[in-house]
This record gives sequence, structure tokens and C-alpha cells, in this order.
Amino acid sequence: MPALVLQNVRKTYPSGDSEIVALDRANLEVPDDQILALVGPSGSGKTTLLSIAGGLLSATEGHVVVGGHDITEYSAKQLTEFRRAEVGFVFQTVNLVPFLTARENVMVATELAGRGNEKATRARADQLLEELGLAHRAENLPAQLSGGERQRVAIGRALMNEPKLILVDEPTSALDTSLGNQVMALIVGEVKQRSTAAIIVTHDTRMTHYADRTVEITDGILAA
Amino acid sequence: MRLALRELRRSRRRFVPTTVALALLVVLLLMLGGLLDGLYIGSTGALRSQDDELVAFDRAARESTLRSRVEPATRAEIEAVPGVRSTSGFGIALVGADVPRTDELADAAVMGYEGRVGGVPAPPAPGRAWADRSLEARGVRIGDVVRVGPTRIPLRVIGWVDDTNYLQQGGLWVEPGTWRTVLAESRPGAAVGDDVFQNVWIDVASGADPLRVAAAIDAATGTTRTITRAEAVLALPGIREQNATFTQIIGVTFLVAGLVVALFFALLTLERTPMLGVLKALGASSRQLVGALMTQTVAVTVVAFVVGGVVALGLDRLIPPEVPLVVTPGRALFVAVGIFVAAVIGGAVSLRRIIRIDPASAIGTGT
Repeated sequence: MPALVLQNVRKTYPSGDSEIVALDRANLEVPDDQILALVGPSGSGKTTLLSIAGGLLSATEGHVVVGGHDITEYSAKQLTEFRRAEVGFVFQTVNLVPFLTARENVMVATELAGRGNEKATRARADQLLEELGLAHRAENLPAQLSGGERQRVAIGRALMNEPKLILVDEPTSALDTSLGNQVMALIVGEVKQRSTAAIIVTHDTRMTHYADRTVEITDGILAA
Repeated sequence: MRLALRELRRSRRRFVPTTVALALLVVLLLMLGGLLDGLYIGSTGALRSQDDELVAFDRAARESTLRSRVEPATRAEIEAVPGVRSTSGFGIALVGADVPRTDELADAAVMGYEGRVGGVPAPPAPGRAWADRSLEARGVRIGDVVRVGPTRIPLRVIGWVDDTNYLQQGGLWVEPGTWRTVLAESRPGAAVGDDVFQNVWIDVASGADPLRVAAAIDAATGTTRTITRAEAVLALPGIREQNATFTQIIGVTFLVAGLVVALFFALLTLERTPMLGVLKALGASSRQLVGALMTQTVAVTVVAFVVGGVVALGLDRLIPPEVPLVVTPGRALFVAVGIFVAAVIGGAVSLRRIIRIDPASAIGTGT
């Protein structure tokens, strides 16, 4: 079963009497163990596609299926549940919760869901931090971590709920080339290890070799 | 909720200014309320302590005890009205009292009564008085002979009574003859004859409607104005105005408390919008985020109330006893509930903003 299927997905925004087309008849299938790099210039629609795939935005037309769930008609409440359980996000500028420790940041989505027992959740968070080389930083607040360490915590947070699809937004935009390569290698390593699908949005073509497949998007249209 | 409490614990400094501001408002509210209660209690005790439900004034006195005179004939007419079980005469003389061991005169209200006053024993022998305990702060002791009025009429204090003052003057409860003597000496023009009182308090028979009995009394005498005890309390000089003024100030203070909370959490929500967007993207519902904000609002309010309450109690001990400040548990509860409601309403101002935060804002905004 593919991790993501987009069928004729269109996203438009009203603008006076006309409309702005952010995504135009997008068709895309991402198998469940594939890493896809989505590249394109600013304003090309890559963020819109990522948001629709992650249940952050609803499509104006077409069908969106993630991990076998057709989320096209999901209500806001259903999308909230869906995001908790089925997808993992790594945001552009990390965005850790500043008053939570590294461990608590990794656990935050599970805690929001209010499921599972705390001991097991904590053990899993510690295991992820161990894998990410951050076991010694579990009790540190984000302000006490380096940029690379914060990015690794964000990756741990995205992996915590064992999502079917991981969505990564410009992971290297705030990092230098060396650190960017390290972060990409880490993301790819973790995702491949779990046979999970991932879409990595980037405008940095130097990073596309980490992906199994690269798709370009321009003016809301996916390249064939 | 856990998230909210963790933020409170780990970002304490962020919440300190609002907590301090709210605590100061709690102090202000407790002080204002305490002063209102102190003024009210100190002005009205003599009337509130009366057991009887109705009181008759001379109609021309316009509900002023000091101006009123009720003649024995009128009292007899009152006692003949159906529904009246019995009556008690009552009168007040406002005087200065010379207290042993002190240089200053204490303000006192010498009250002549015939009985049926809650908390005050039966009228003492002539020349003796039950004293309100507030006079203790002016140096009065049991067994003292205080000398009242311009001719320094001696009254021996034989015991304490509580909450029986009149217009902030310490109550000295005496038998009617002593009161008449004090009144005649202190205000010769206002002297009254034997068996004349300023008011007659009326014990209404069980089952009778006090308001109907009051109307019947006024109709029967043609010269009286009979009102309830509660109306008599409010008819005291300045009581209504005092209550209205303090109530308005207290209301405005609650409003300010609500605005402080509203402004703080509005700014906090504005500042946290990117983080709240990320939390929504990760699966936090608006309900959870609103619950977190309300948890923080309640926590800040509880801490502010406790801190403000402790400060107010400390100030209460430092304030001289002449200041009529009385902080009662009832007033503290009123302030606690009021500040809680004001804070919750203030916090609720940010709800709309939280609900409208778009989880999609977490992606691609550079935040």
C-alpha cells in the first residue's frame, strides 16, 4: 500500500473575483519505503503539497490518501487525530517547545494524544534519543542544545509515533553545508531503517542525492 | 494541562509580573472590601443587633433616630395594632467620653434600651453600662468609670458587648433613665420627658406580615413612619452612598483585574502563536490549547490570591485600630470568587485567537 496517493489534487485561494491556483491537478504516489525530494523555487507550491499531504490543509479538489486513509473529506477534528497518529513532521526551523526538555519534546505528540502508558512512552523516547546520539541531552531544554542537536530532537519527535509518512520541510535551510549533510544523512538513515516513506521539501539541489526520487514542482504543477 | 503546568514551572519569570499585578489588586480589593465592611459594621451595629423586625419613627424625623420622638400615647396606639406583640423603647445620645488613663475623648453613643437587643444583656442598673468591645482599643477597661457628655456623667463599664456601634461611635448601653439624663445634659434642646423614646421597636406576632403591620401602625397613629430593620440600617446617614461608592470602586478594580489578565494572555498568545501552530500541526486540538491557557489563568489567579491575601492580612495587623478595617471570611470568599471570574473572563479573550491559529502556519512560514 502506498504511503501517499494524490489524485488530481487542486488547491486554490480566492483573490477578489479570481482565484490563485497554488496546486494544479497534482498526481503523485509515494511507495511506503521511498524518500522523495520535492524541489522547486519559492512560491512553486511545494509547501502547499506538503501541507495537504500532512492534513494541515484540505484540498479544493481531488483525493488525498495517506497510509490507506482517504483524508479528503476529513473534518478538522479528524485531521487533528490523523496528524497525531499517521504523520511525522520536521519543520523548517526545528520549532521545539522551549520549556520542554529534549525527552519531553520527543514525547509531546504522544502526550497530546493521551494514549499509552507514560513509562512505555518515556522508554521509547529514550530509545530514540539514544539512536540519535542524544541520550546525554534528554534532560536539557532546547536553549541548552546546539542547532544540530535541536534538529535531531525534531527528527526524534517526528519518528515517535511510528508514522506511515514523514514530511520534512526545508531541513537544511538554516544550516551550513556540512551540518546540512549530516542532518540529511541522519534523516535518511532513520527513515530507511524504519522502511517509512518521506517527502523532503528543499530548494537545495545539493541535497537531492539523498532521496530515492526527485520531483520538481513549478507554479503549482508537478513535473511528469 | 501538563504542558501548561510545565510552562508555569519552567518559565516562572514570564508569569511573575502578572501574578504580582493581580496580587496587588487582590490586596486592594481586600482592603477596600475590609474598609466597606468596617464602616458598615461600625455604623450599623446598634440597629442590626435589634431583635425586632420593625421600628417606628416620628414621621417628621425622616427616619433619623436622633431627630425622632415617640410619645407614650403614640406607643400605646402602636401596641393596640393587630399583629403587634410588644414594643421596646430605644434612644441614642452621641457624646464624648472621658476614659481613665487617657488624655483624649473617645466618641461614644450612649444607647437607652428596654431589652430585646441581640447580644446585649438586660438593661443594667442606673449609672452602669455595657460597652462595645471596640472601646477597648480606646483604653476602656471593665470596671472603669467613663465620664460622658459636657457634664461628665459617670458610667461604670460592667461588661463587653460586640458589634453594637452607631455611626463609628462606641456603644454604651444603659437603661432608659440614664440615657435621658445623658441626652438632656449633652443636648439640652433635645431633652425628652419620662417614657418618651426616639424610636419604638416592634415585635411582630408570629404569622403576621411585617409590612402589613407597619402600614397598619402608620395608619393607626397618623404620626409615625414604620420601616423594617433593614430599611432603618440603610436610612442611616451616608450608608447608601458609602455602599454605592465602595461597590463601584470594587467593581472597577475587578474590571482592571480582568483587563490585566486579558492583556497578559493576549500578548502571551500572540508571542506563542508560532509554537501553538506547531503544537496544532503535531495534533494538539484547540480544546487542549484553550484548556492549557485556562489552567494557567487559574493557576496565576490562585497564586495571586494567596500572595495578596497574606499581604492583606499583614497590612491588617499594621493598620491602627481606629481605622475601620474588617476583613471577614465572607469578604475574602467574595474577592476570591470575583477575581477568579474576572481572570477567567480575561483569559477567555484569547480563546478566539487560539482557535483561529492555523496548523498550516507551522510549515513554510520560516517560523
